[in-house]
Amino acid sequence: MITPTPGIKTTALLCAISLLNFSLFALAGEMKDGTIAKQNRIEIKDFAFDPQKITVKSGEKITWINRDGEPHTVVSVGKKFQRSPGLDTDQEFSITAGAPGTYEYFCSVHPKMTGTIVVEK
Amino acid sequence: MKDHNHILHNVDSDGIDRRGFLKCMAWAGTGVLWTVSGGVLVSKTLAQITKAGSLPAVTDLSFLQISDSHIGFSKDANKDVTETFRIALDRINAMPTQPAFLLHTGDISQLSKPEEFDTFDQVLKSCKTKDVFYVPGEHDVINDGGKLFRDRYLKSVEGKGSGWYSFNKNGVHFIGLVNVLNLQAGGLGQLGDEQLEWLEDDVKGLSAETPIVVFAHIPLWAVYPKWGWGTDDSERALGYLKRFGSLTVLNGHIHQVLRKVEGNVTFHTAMSTAFPQPEPGKGPNPGPLKVPAEKLRSMLGLTSVQYKQGKSALAVIDSNLS
Ligand SMILES: [Cu+2]
Repeated sequence: MITPTPGIKTTALLCAISLLNFSLFALAGEMKDGTIAKQNRIEIKDFAFDPQKITVKSGEKITWINRDGEPHTVVSVGKKFQRSPGLDTDQEFSITAGAPGTYEYFCSVHPKMTGTIVVEK
Repeated sequence: MKDHNHILHNVDSDGIDRRGFLKCMAWAGTGVLWTVSGGVLVSKTLAQITKAGSLPAVTDLSFLQISDSHIGFSKDANKDVTETFRIALDRINAMPTQPAFLLHTGDISQLSKPEEFDTFDQVLKSCKTKDVFYVPGEHDVINDGGKLFRDRYLKSVEGKGSGWYSFNKNGVHFIGLVNVLNLQAGGLGQLGDEQLEWLEDDVKGLSAETPIVVFAHIPLWAVYPKWGWGTDDSERALGYLKRFGSLTVLNGHIHQVLRKVEGNVTFHTAMSTAFPQPEPGKGPNPGPLKVPAEKLRSMLGLTSVQYKQGKSALAVIDSNLS
């Protein structure tokens, strides 16, 4: 896995959130060294996790937001992280990335919906 | 299925060969009576029946299926699902012959919230028919593996495992299955080994002439797996049941009437009382379908089932709420 530079990360982030919510810019806090803290946001939309695969650093926050009119959940395969409650429309759920590794998850209401989190050191 | 045709011949008094007739799959419109009688698939609209004054004769057993109430849902597809549920109950209360009992095939609630179940129970009190048999939908078991659902809705049955059970009425054997729990990432609905073993044992002692009605939330046939509309291990369950001369499988989940007849097995899905969903594959996802307000009630409804002793076939009647 190639670790992207902070600049590339930010670009990727902006692509992922597209232009749905400009207020996210405000949430991307500036670090002391001038880089932008990464916002790991996963949209749940059209019965899919977007992005379907996300790479984060250990200790970073990951947030899901449900944009569907249907409730969804975020459940770790093998119960490796805390599962979400049922997320109604526009409800969010966050975790903090733990030990490095690859984590698979799915929606327990619609198990066809799956996603992957890769946690790097 | 060929091996089992002899059972059909024995049971049908008119002796008409069903082969060739019933291997069809049909989209059933709303308000249509489907009768599989003597090997001929007959349909009439509910309006025709009512006008002709020829409702099916009073039979030995009639019961009613309601499904997918989704109490708590309040989005554009239906801002008042409590009201449409109430209307469905009004329709039942207005029937000339009250059904012996109701089957609710899951998704009582939208988010498994106690207050959603409370509202459902409160509204249900208006129903003249008091006996209701339940199976959970995935919306009813979101946060607790179905514990609250079982505590509330399986009190009057001997639920096994995560809540499956069977009972007999008028010589018909009913089996309520749970296929919305312990689902696997990337998979469909699932019954699981423990439930399947129970099922095999449950029907072991029954004669092949016993009519069987299986009810579960997610369809027990592959309606549209891409949208999760199917059950991974349903074939194994059907394997234990195919020796029976009459098997009726009633499901919910897809919020529309879909029917498939395959030999001695009739698969049927019911409308929701809350909101419609798109036809398989028609649309970006299987979420709630918003239709013009004046059209909504025509896409909500309930299913009446009648069984007459000595006949192998059950009459399945869908009616909408418009
Ligand atoms: Cu989901």
